[in-house]
Amino acid sequence: MTLVEKGAAERSGSAGTGFDHWESACTNPCSGVTPEEIAEAYVNEQDWYSNGIAHYIECREGYDRLLDLEAFGGKIRDTEDEFLGAEFRDEQSKLMFAYDYKNKFTIRVWGSTFKPALVKELKRLGVRILNRTEATGLLVSKKEKRGVGAMGMNVHTGKFYIFRAKATVLAMSRPARVWLFDSDLTGLCEFRPMQSIGSGHAMGWRAGMEFTMMEKSVRAEFSAAGRSFPPYGAGNNHNTWYAATMVDARGVEIPYVNRDGEELKTVSERYYPAPGQKFFLKGGVIDNPKYEYRGPETLDFEELVKRGYQLPFYADLSRMPEAERRVIWGMMVGEEAKTKIPIYQNYTERGFDPEKHMLQSYGTGWQSANFLEQERQFFGAPGGIMHDWDLKTNIDGIYAAGDQLYASDCAGFACATGYYAGRKASDYAKTAEPGEISREDVEAEKERLYAPLFVEKEEGIGWKELNKAISKAMQNYCGGVKCEALLKEGLDLLKSFEEDIVPKLTASNPHELMRTHEVLDILTVAEIVLHASLARKSSSEPLFFRRSDFPEMDPPKDRKHIVIHQEDGVVMTRDVPLDFFGELKTEYEKRNQDYIHELENMKGGRQP
Amino acid sequence: MRKVEFTVEPVPCSTMPLKYDDSLCIGCNRCASVCQCDILLPFGKRGEHPIVMYPGECYYCGACVMVCPNPGAITLQHPLMNRAKFVPVKK
Ligand code: SF4
Ligand code: SF4
Repeated sequence: MTLVEKGAAERSGSAGTGFDHWESACTNPCSGVTPEEIAEAYVNEQDWYSNGIAHYIECREGYDRLLDLEAFGGKIRDTEDEFLGAEFRDEQSKLMFAYDYKNKFTIRVWGSTFKPALVKELKRLGVRILNRTEATGLLVSKKEKRGVGAMGMNVHTGKFYIFRAKATVLAMSRPARVWLFDSDLTGLCEFRPMQSIGSGHAMGWRAGMEFTMMEKSVRAEFSAAGRSFPPYGAGNNHNTWYAATMVDARGVEIPYVNRDGEELKTVSERYYPAPGQKFFLKGGVIDNPKYEYRGPETLDFEELVKRGYQLPFYADLSRMPEAERRVIWGMMVGEEAKTKIPIYQNYTERGFDPEKHMLQSYGTGWQSANFLEQERQFFGAPGGIMHDWDLKTNIDGIYAAGDQLYASDCAGFACATGYYAGRKASDYAKTAEPGEISREDVEAEKERLYAPLFVEKEEGIGWKELNKAISKAMQNYCGGVKCEALLKEGLDLLKSFEEDIVPKLTASNPHELMRTHEVLDILTVAEIVLHASLARKSSSEPLFFRRSDFPEMDPPKDRKHIVIHQEDGVVMTRDVPLDFFGELKTEYEKRNQDYIHELENMKGGRQP
Repeated sequence: MRKVEFTVEPVPCSTMPLKYDDSLCIGCNRCASVCQCDILLPFGKRGEHPIVMYPGECYYCGACVMVCPNPGAITLQHPLMNRAKFVPVKK
């Protein structure tokens, strides 16, 4: 088994330096909800433009993966009793919970310990890890349309690799830098790290893979190169910071209300469902939930203005009970994503003390940013690869996991689907024969990859210039409002980039070559988005998709997946019903009896 | 395949994300090895800190600081525009 990693496996990925809460751990011993309840809630919450299969896998197996991480050396419990007696802590298991303290299905974790522990385990298992190696293309046997491996390049030496594989799992995150680009602070353009730009999507498209929901993009939420601040580094009360006390410029506390608009008197009440509500949803993809799943929240900005509250707002943890303050500032901020050094340590060194200081919010909401309508992003649960119950793509032998899948989000989701895809891929590999690799495809890929090295710097165009041009084109032709003429103009322009600019791209070394390859992938992703946008001939609320030539919102005829792929450059679509995955529990159990038995046999041998 | 010579030179940007303290750094290059954005290039000379080759590609994740065996040898600083403000609490 080979892991091909573009960065350095020890800390790569947006959760490489940490993550603070594990969502949908419905099978943990304290959980008050079932996997069916939460997976179905997600599907309903997202108006069925949701990945029922992957969410169910997350809800059903996610907690098992957390126990795996613990077995590898990751920290998932308050073993040092730092939060002894806190309301969110279960005294017996020492697990700590976030959001809904009644139903306890989101676990606070010390995610900065996870990635190094995982890599250590991979090494112990004898997995070959190729760091600094970008995967660039899939190898598909034309005869049987089956994945037979992949190709790649070392980004230090430029060495070319052919990976012959019976089964391949794509786990290359989601696209980025399609609308947002900053040539100065490129690393801060988007929420996810530089190398997560949708290479898996691009190579999948080139190989004839099917995608859905690629027409979905949202008004940007995070770009610290532009309008926002370092994630989790400005005053707010969402996600990692839930449910921080917020105050206005005068220091007057901003009320929290439950879903019925009733003001909550205590901090503790912010963590419980409303009377008559079984549970509430919060987290990565939950922005403005339906009444059924809506949890406690601060009053709407409009209402606050009416009542005389004044900007700027601040997060003021000093007004919270000691354990709640300490768990937000010190544990969650400290373990989540890139907060340990950039936020917790950096702000502490600058003198920030959560008992004495309050942290400013920018703009009117928790995002601390105000983006323009055409500044878009793949955020929340964007489009991606279409797959079946095995997380297999339409190409035999090729599987996908994490943010490669359509409508995906969060690290726990990535871990659960990654393991599941690996399990299915390994079953497949047990019986599959190695396929034949086309020499022609390999030579064409080498030619494509190395071409920029042979263009003189003085005569050529650099990767940043092309990235900037693509993002400007996408803002102009595929912004907040779309129509056929605009989208076609966009495709025309991108085609001219392909024909006239791509041959002029220049790179002086393998690092620049890697960045150039990324922009070629961004170009492909931009084309997928334009084609997907042309294919949907109506507007859609849940897809944040507005066509001025087809303004009707979500007409019943279009309540479906429009699945898109290309073959020899011809774009094809097919319709798939939104409920294609069937009854979640039944369909899962039909296909996973082996895992269910394995788990039953393990019980007792593992701490719950 | 034709042969080409690779060349590299630092690509400056408007900020300097990393600061090295030469008196603390032992030049082990662990920061360079861990950086997922691959912006640091080990310096030719033994004992010296890596060169920040592509500062504009820094993701400000802090992995380099986390892995450093000598606290203070490397520090991460946000671009000026991203330094969020905090003030004393008002009660
Ligand atoms: S890890 Fe620390 S000691 Fe080692 S080279 Fe980097 S800054 Fe210097
Ligand atoms: S902060 Fe992250 S991206 Fe920047 S140099 Fe350090 S490891 Fe690399």
